[in-house]
Amino acid sequence: MTDTQKFDRADTRVREDEGLAGAARAFFDRVRSGDLGMLPVILGLFVIAVVFTSLNPVFMRPQNLTNLLFDAAAVGLISLGVIFCLMLGEIDLSIGSMSGVASAILGVLWVNVGVPWPLAILAALAAGAITGAIYASLLNRFGMPSFVSTLAGLLALLGLQLYLLGNSGSINLPFQSFLIRFGQILVMPGWLSYLLAVVPGAVILVFGAQNRRERAAANLSAPSSSVVIAKAVSLTAVLLIAVWYLNLGRGVPYMFVFFVLIIAGMEYVLTRTKFGRSIFAVGGNREAARRAGIKVERIRIYAFMICSTFAAAGGILAASRLASASRQAGTGDVNLNAIAAAVIGGTSLFGGRGSAWSAVLGVLVIQSISNGLTLLNLSSSLRYMILGAVLALAVIVDSLARQSRASHGRA
Amino acid sequence: MDGPSTDKELILKLSGVSKQFGAVTALDGIDMEVHKGEVVALVGDNGAGKSTLVKILAGVHAKTSGTVEFGGKEVEIGTPGRALELGIATVFQDLALCENLDVVANLFLGQEVNPWRLSEIEMEVRAWKLLGELAARIPSVREPIASLSGGQRQTVAIARSLLLDPEIIMLDEPTAALGVAQTAEVLNLIERVRDRGHGVILISHNMEDVRAVADRIVVLRLGRNNGTFGPDATQEELVSAITGATDNSVSRRAAKRRGDTVEEGAGS
Ligand SMILES: Nc1ncnc2c1ncn2[C@@H]1O[C@H](COP(=O)(O)OP(=O)(O)OP(=O)(O)O)[C@@H](O)[C@H]1O
Ligand SMILES: [Mg+2]
Repeated sequence: MTDTQKFDRADTRVREDEGLAGAARAFFDRVRSGDLGMLPVILGLFVIAVVFTSLNPVFMRPQNLTNLLFDAAAVGLISLGVIFCLMLGEIDLSIGSMSGVASAILGVLWVNVGVPWPLAILAALAAGAITGAIYASLLNRFGMPSFVSTLAGLLALLGLQLYLLGNSGSINLPFQSFLIRFGQILVMPGWLSYLLAVVPGAVILVFGAQNRRERAAANLSAPSSSVVIAKAVSLTAVLLIAVWYLNLGRGVPYMFVFFVLIIAGMEYVLTRTKFGRSIFAVGGNREAARRAGIKVERIRIYAFMICSTFAAAGGILAASRLASASRQAGTGDVNLNAIAAAVIGGTSLFGGRGSAWSAVLGVLVIQSISNGLTLLNLSSSLRYMILGAVLALAVIVDSLARQSRASHGRA
Repeated sequence: MDGPSTDKELILKLSGVSKQFGAVTALDGIDMEVHKGEVVALVGDNGAGKSTLVKILAGVHAKTSGTVEFGGKEVEIGTPGRALELGIATVFQDLALCENLDVVANLFLGQEVNPWRLSEIEMEVRAWKLLGELAARIPSVREPIASLSGGQRQTVAIARSLLLDPEIIMLDEPTAALGVAQTAEVLNLIERVRDRGHGVILISHNMEDVRAVADRIVVLRLGRNNGTFGPDATQEELVSAITGATDNSVSRRAAKRRGDTVEEGAGS
């Protein structure tokens, strides 16, 4: 052809998906081959919103949504952690207990011992990191499946939580402290939330333009600017509407924004660093990763440490939300909600596929369902059954999508 | 053990390397040398221990006994990372690629450019150039490996091994799944690598390919050395060394075919 032949357009069999129409076509191809991405979640959220609003209009009120976001941050952070384990094809079943232990450590050190709360938080996070390192060592040294070691850890940590809380069984955290206000009432001033809502779109535009320039300079094809602009504009529109709606009520909680920022950071780690690439590789084919010189054992240690540390962080947010550290913290459905959120968001239980964003989307689904069911005054027995069914559904979708990908040759 | 190229500098020397898998002795006292700018072909029947030897040198398996000298010093190749550090690159028979990652990610796995802010563009450009050298027919380097054909995967695995500009490259049946043009390209590439002064260990069941590029042919049989030949060795010599007998199924088959054609000729 011509001398402006792009490297990646040399093969005539590759369809050139130019412009918006091309992008749409590529998207439908991906979905049809089982690469569903965020589609099921967004559909799911839509259905949930319609159903619960029709059953109880309070569900869609801005106040309730703000509440929902406050609740989502804690489980979301735990879910973010477990994504790192799931990506390796491992699992951590003790994340709920870990969060409970973290809240107990916070309560005991802060209230009973009198340590300043930032130090107490550090201690709780360190406990998380150590727990994760233990699971990884059991796996590395003895080949103990994480399924078993973390199940044992679940019990051990639950015992530790009860031991730490002692006879009282629950410790109330000081209401006036920053931590508790962060977990219960602090919301952004309107202008700040609008400002932040514009940032992601701006980032997409700036980096998209930079990426296009660099790819053109390197003689590679680049996504057309109309696609980049369309993405940025639609995302900004959605965020602005959401922020406007939330500001009709109490506004956007700082805690949720904090959660989303951490998610963005971890998404960067997973997709743009050598460490993240290694996690995908180990999850996809452990032996191939080892032969490529990746230190599989070390990757596992980091992944389990990240997982348990985020579980501890989630426990701290949960404690600040409730203003107490209690025996019930982290028990019940916390464990499975966090894992379900990751899977619903699109992280595969089979390893090698996933993203940090799946924690945000998944946790919004899970929290909306439990919030909606609570508004309907359903007893927790029914809530558990319904959430269990949703989890099963998510795993079925994951398995079906995996089969479909395999038959379409897309890993 | 006197091949035609003993005058060149020795890179790799194995003496008495053995490997035991439980009760199975996969390798028993293997000696082998690889010099700079030399292609050593490793041939032998299925299960002769060729891949096992390659895996020991690649740090995948630990040897049971024996010594490996690299660049004049005795080395322990305990991990695949250590082998790569020494400059031993390998194309494994089972390829060892990550199906969930795209071609670029697989090529650069473990050697990513800029660990804290991956330079995707630089990696993609280098990937296209490397694949171009191999005359690869890969439509897109941003597709996951799962969507590639067997031969395309093999090309990716070969390209991967060239990335680090290794001292020695070991290819375990690299052309098994390749098309005509790609096989020729790989053979050319083996010659280019040799001309650059690197050592090559080539495993292949295709005697034509082996004789076309090898400077020395090392035969393994049931885990033992069974002779070293020059590229001018005849088919009969090689076959009998590989199968361990002059009267073997290959020669019987050849004789039978000759007999068949004679009979047919007589019949008509
Ligand atoms: N991981 C293992 N565990 C147990 N035995 C093994 C293992 N790997 C190889 N072996 C045995 O070692 C012997 C040599 O196998 P190897 O793969 O080296 O053969 P090969 O020469 O590469 O054969 P092919 O031409 O079929 O590739 C075989 O008998 C095989 O069964
Ligand atoms: Mg083999």
